[in-house]
Amino acid sequence: MPEIRVTPLGAGQDVGRSCILVSIAGKNVMLDCGMHMGFSDDRRFPDFSYITRSGRLTDFLDCVIISHFHLDHCGALPYFSEMVGYDGPIYMTQPTQAICPILLEDYRKIAVDKKGEANFFTSQMIKDCMKKVVAVHLHQTVQVDDELEIKAYYAGHVLGAAMFQIKVGSESVVYTGDYNMTPDRHLGAAWIDKCRPNLLITESTYATTIRDSKRCRERDFLKKVHETVERGGKVLIPVFALGRAQELCILLETFWERMDLKAPIYFSTGLTEKANHYYKLFIPWTNQKIRKTFVQRNMFEFKHIKAFDRAFADSPGPMVVFATPGMLHAGQSLQIFRKWAGNEKNMVIMPGYCVQGTVGHKILSGQRKLEMEGRQVLEVKMQVEYMSFSAHADAKGIMQLVGQAEPENVLLVHGEAKKMEFLKQKIEQEFRVSCYMPANGETVTLPTSPSIPVGVSLGLLKREMAQGLLPDAKKPRLLHGTLIMKDSNFRLVSSEQALKELGLAEHQLRFTCRVHLHDTRKEQETAVRVYSHLKSVLKDHCVQHLPDGSVTVESILIQAAAHSEDPGTKVLLVSWTYQDEELGSYLTSLLKKGLPQAS
Amino acid sequence: MAAHLKKRVYEEFTKVVQQQQEEIATKKLRLTKPSKSAALHIDLCKATSPADALQYLLQFARKPVEAESVEGVVRILLEHYYKENDPSVRLKIASLLGLLSKTAGFSPDCIMDDAINILQNEKSHQVLAQLLDTLLAIGTKLPDNQAIQMRLVDVACKHLTDTSHGVRNKCLQLLGNLGSLEKSVTKDAEGLAVRDVQKIIGDYFSDQDPRVRTAAIKAMLQLHERGLKLYQTIYSQACKLLSDDYEQVRSAAVQLIWVVSQLYPESIVPIPSSNEEIRLVDDAFGKICHMVSDGSWVVRVQAAKLLGSMEQVSSHFLEQTLDKKLMSDLRRKRTAHERAKELYTSGEFSSGRKWGDDAPKEEVDTGAVNLIESGACGAFVHGLEDEMYEVRIAAVEALCMLAQSSPSFAEKCLDFLVDMFNDEIEEVRLQSIHTMRKISNNITLREDQLDTVLAVLEDSSRDIREALHELLCCTNVSTKEGIHLALVELLKNLTKYPTDRDSIWKCLKFLGSRHPTLVLPLVPELLSTHPFFDTAEPDMDDPAYIAVLVLIFNAAKTCPTMPALFSDHTFRHYAYLRDSLSHLVPALRLPGRKLVSSALSPNIMPHEDPSHQFLQQSLERVYSLQHLDPQGTQELLEFTIRDLQRLGELQSELAGVADFSATYLRCQLLLIKALQEKLWNVAAPLYVKQSDLASAAAKQIMEETYKMEFMYSGVENKQVVIIHHMRLQAKALQLIVTARTARGVDPLFGMCEKFLQEVDFFQRCFIADLPHLQDSFVDKLLDLMPRLMTSKPAEVVKILHTMLRQSTFLHLPLPEQIHKASATIIEPAGESDNPLRFTSGLVVALDVDATLEHVQDPQSTVKVQVSYPDGQAQMIHPKPADFRNPGPGRHRLITQVYLSHTAWTEPCQVEVRLLLAYNSSSRIPKSPWIEGGEMSSQVETSIEGTIPFSKSVKVYIMPKPARR
Repeated sequence: MPEIRVTPLGAGQDVGRSCILVSIAGKNVMLDCGMHMGFSDDRRFPDFSYITRSGRLTDFLDCVIISHFHLDHCGALPYFSEMVGYDGPIYMTQPTQAICPILLEDYRKIAVDKKGEANFFTSQMIKDCMKKVVAVHLHQTVQVDDELEIKAYYAGHVLGAAMFQIKVGSESVVYTGDYNMTPDRHLGAAWIDKCRPNLLITESTYATTIRDSKRCRERDFLKKVHETVERGGKVLIPVFALGRAQELCILLETFWERMDLKAPIYFSTGLTEKANHYYKLFIPWTNQKIRKTFVQRNMFEFKHIKAFDRAFADSPGPMVVFATPGMLHAGQSLQIFRKWAGNEKNMVIMPGYCVQGTVGHKILSGQRKLEMEGRQVLEVKMQVEYMSFSAHADAKGIMQLVGQAEPENVLLVHGEAKKMEFLKQKIEQEFRVSCYMPANGETVTLPTSPSIPVGVSLGLLKREMAQGLLPDAKKPRLLHGTLIMKDSNFRLVSSEQALKELGLAEHQLRFTCRVHLHDTRKEQETAVRVYSHLKSVLKDHCVQHLPDGSVTVESILIQAAAHSEDPGTKVLLVSWTYQDEELGSYLTSLLKKGLPQAS
Repeated sequence: MAAHLKKRVYEEFTKVVQQQQEEIATKKLRLTKPSKSAALHIDLCKATSPADALQYLLQFARKPVEAESVEGVVRILLEHYYKENDPSVRLKIASLLGLLSKTAGFSPDCIMDDAINILQNEKSHQVLAQLLDTLLAIGTKLPDNQAIQMRLVDVACKHLTDTSHGVRNKCLQLLGNLGSLEKSVTKDAEGLAVRDVQKIIGDYFSDQDPRVRTAAIKAMLQLHERGLKLYQTIYSQACKLLSDDYEQVRSAAVQLIWVVSQLYPESIVPIPSSNEEIRLVDDAFGKICHMVSDGSWVVRVQAAKLLGSMEQVSSHFLEQTLDKKLMSDLRRKRTAHERAKELYTSGEFSSGRKWGDDAPKEEVDTGAVNLIESGACGAFVHGLEDEMYEVRIAAVEALCMLAQSSPSFAEKCLDFLVDMFNDEIEEVRLQSIHTMRKISNNITLREDQLDTVLAVLEDSSRDIREALHELLCCTNVSTKEGIHLALVELLKNLTKYPTDRDSIWKCLKFLGSRHPTLVLPLVPELLSTHPFFDTAEPDMDDPAYIAVLVLIFNAAKTCPTMPALFSDHTFRHYAYLRDSLSHLVPALRLPGRKLVSSALSPNIMPHEDPSHQFLQQSLERVYSLQHLDPQGTQELLEFTIRDLQRLGELQSELAGVADFSATYLRCQLLLIKALQEKLWNVAAPLYVKQSDLASAAAKQIMEETYKMEFMYSGVENKQVVIIHHMRLQAKALQLIVTARTARGVDPLFGMCEKFLQEVDFFQRCFIADLPHLQDSFVDKLLDLMPRLMTSKPAEVVKILHTMLRQSTFLHLPLPEQIHKASATIIEPAGESDNPLRFTSGLVVALDVDATLEHVQDPQSTVKVQVSYPDGQAQMIHPKPADFRNPGPGRHRLITQVYLSHTAWTEPCQVEVRLLLAYNSSSRIPKSPWIEGGEMSSQVETSIEGTIPFSKSVKVYIMPKPARR
């Protein structure tokens, strides 16, 4: 029995360390290869020894697919390919390919240089790893080998995020990675066609949330910033370098342009500049507005947003500063925060979630006096705002995608077990498809019934079509032909052609049958009687009386002869070919009933 | 050649008008050159290869064919068709047959038999499809012939089983266009089998080819358009198609569902998987709402658009479209809109500053949450958040239409519309502002909403700001704080963008007059008066101060207690403003001052009947008095013209009619005067320039007729006839005058011929209206046409002269609604003393801002003229995008005009004015042959002449010599 097997090595009932193994029609594919943010020991990477204890990974995996550049989807890639050892192809989209090494390098720097970890992958390893990458275009079907093909769909979420369809023969799996069904200021919405996969593996971060319209949030954000700037205050927005930061930049940039504001906006430098560069290049991956206007002006070439310099923090007057990192736990954002916290005219806007223990979390939970290092107490007088900008699909969005793709089964990953439970129940209820939510290391096996394509010769098809009158989708149609199985492909051809191809001579197969009739008259008369009887019964067939005394119905021959022993009985010899079996047996049964009495 | 052509054209007409002249026509036909059909035949016989033949056919298709030779051409084509083996040539012939059968004046029933005949023997699918298309053209040409239609439907049904999708498509199209509407007619039509077209088409909803499915739905829609009532059973079939794999099928299915829902809104349909039943229109609404989140944006746009026109839907379904039950971690959450509303009602003025003030509240019952509703839930929320701006605009439009019909829905959708003011695409923002304006009588803005609305005033786009001003003109504000806020923001806008001055003042005028009671408590603060102290008198020229005063004075109009709060200088300022800005400042009933002009104000008059009657009477008087002696007629005309002009000035709503009729009368007057001239009494032709008056009159009449034709909106065909008739008379006059004064006969020949062509043209364009022109100049002229054709110029002139004198005065029927086009240049104002300096040879851009009223199609007609002091004049064509349409009948032109000149020694003034370009030949109906060809585009763009229709504005410029 053919089947699809799915085993999450990470992200099974969990967020982070996305890594899912899929076996489909004898092909093994690994989807994503991420790290876990919550751990700094061995658990941060997926357990690749699950795949194979001894042999090389390359022998077991046909390919690896990375959905987007977030570290929880690609963080373990150098470790996996260089340290564990994998030489097969790694597929990702071009923006991911461009931005991924920047983030990996950043991650490496923090782990090795800051935390002093040994036995971590090196810069060279990142480079070597990236050499194994094969770039994929949107909607391009890539043949991994003769049978396995993959295709990328737009997923929103971050620049270059993609959903992948993995297809072998008629069996297919769609993996969504992270996606977003509502467009934002710089990216469009995820889209997939009605590809009807056997299995849809979808993220479920917001399985139990239905979000408010994005516009309210944007408006609130802009209003807050605008008011503060008009008051002459400074606005600090701590961000992580990629993703949301660009969205907020575009938002502010267009607002500044629209409202003709003069206050400067700064972006703290670092890897952002490099990343912004890539954002400028990958215009086809952005939303409609940016795509339409980039010829006049590339939206990522910010007019109002300039690079930040340390000295600017002390300059008077209003300004808006984007600074890393996003949780105010260290670095530039914290430095600026310290300088500005004392003034009630200023404002800090936290655009995302903050981990417990960080300054960000403290001020969000309402703490107004912060102890800094050196036993200094910092009084926070500035306003603190929280604004959530997240780019995952909410419950409705997930349902919408499931509705669009029309899968036979759904599998949930990248979410919390409790929330998945709810969504699972909903999906089963609404779409009447089975839904799975395996934990890490747990295998889901789906039996499939792959359809086997059979080629039909055009001549045969046309001949059969010509017989039917109206197309009717509801009724199955009977088709006579010969099935040729040759080199694992199947063809249906007419029997004549099959014979010709196989070089065989046609054998005539004839059935003959004798029917005894009680009739005292002569043979010829009997034949005439049979003829007239059949003529009256079989109106749509061609019944002929041949000069030699025999009767034909289409190609069926009927001869009458006298019985050798009993002259009162006539023997009717009925003979037909194999092709006319249906008519032939009908005729014999008809003749066996006897002829009607002549009047 | 020209004469020959003229004769040919002439024949066509006589055929229609008079029986006896047909003989002449046939006689003259013999003179024609080898007919087109013959030439084609020769060409086709010459063709050696299919490619050659195709070339000939293509060449042939470029030129039009006259109606009478169509049949011959068709025969030749058919003959060649039978012989041709190459399918591409046959295809071209088939398409030519279709084109030919569309020729006006040709009845294609004679070629139908042949077409059906060749259809039966045709093997190529493409040619078959083209032939069916030809049959469709034939069928649509003969809409009344039931038998032919039946036959064609029969043919279509026969070919429906074809294997090619193209053929099936065409068959369905044929069925949709020609399928009989009533069954009763079908039965007695020559015993052909009764066919249920709807059923046949419906069967193809499940065709294997998506293109055929689409064609089937389209055919069904076509049947509906032709007035056939669709069965209700189609609804369930169409619903199935909503989940089709192909977007064009889904898109068409959405339309079909909408049509059925409009036909059977009240019938009841069951909800699958439950025992409940709902109204069909509600069910359809739910289904179309569901399509707003379809995978294809084409379908989304279609669905969003159609939602707007489903007004019969129940209100709770409607309100669901704005409802998206939020939850977070399975707990019910309130939307930001609800929170804002709550904050507002609780009286607290703060926007949630705490983290987690949007924290979810109560638990949600997991069973009750329905993530994909079959209903309308949140359709608009999705539509307004869509990725494609086309969908968003469609959603906003739909929202607008639904809100106009349901006040409660209007109230609810307000939050969403306000949110759209921050869209990233300007078009969407603009559209939502316009929408809001349209529904503004149903709504009252809350303060927090007003806040968001006013924030947009700082937008750098002028269109957005002006649209917003328009919106504020007709919004209802609930509190005095709201008014104050609006005023403050508008003043801020004024300081930031001083060019918005006029628009802001106008906005404040309406804001004041709509909310007098809300303005009242604000007056002391706004005027900064103090109970004890006198405050400094504000600067009278400050636009901001004027803005405040406009608000207050307009509020004071209906609030008699307000003037008591004014200080002395306010009254002085009132007097000044009432004079200088009378359109913004109303007349006030101030203590101690007499109200002078209130009785004269036009809107006090309840009924405009007396003045209208007066107009009618004076016109009738003129029309009845045509047989009086010339002197009396002239006087009467003069008086009537004077009366009409005065009436137009007094009654603005009658200005269009009065002006229009006055112009006509003036033309008549000029004509009479010209004919009264002494010059005619001299028997011999005068070769001296004594006929200044007559020729000037002719010229002026021409000008006036062009004005009448093109400067008024709402002119109907019957007026156009009269106008053209008048122009024809003027041309005749011109001809006579020239004949009298010009030396020699040679120029006269050309003029005569030209004039006769004009008459011909007139007859061709207005053939339907000729019966109304009994006894007129043209009527007589046409009677004598055959004689004129053959006579010498001198004779023609003589005839014309007598006819002109005898011709009666045609009654000009007044159109229902007529408005004179007018334009005002707002900018440049022409007041500046500082010349615009620029280096000679380079260009300077001059901003032109003008309002146009009652101009039809301004994009192609309105031009800007710049005349330099040296007499040089330039005509500038503004870009179509420079025209805005702020309201019905109104346009706004905001453009830049580039000026350049060689160096001057002193600054000098150039004149800028607006012109209305016209082209009288644009009224000629085009034949199908020329459609899409290069010729038509030339006709469109060419300008015959221009009419200045705005006052010219002087701009001071100074091109300096370039410094080396």
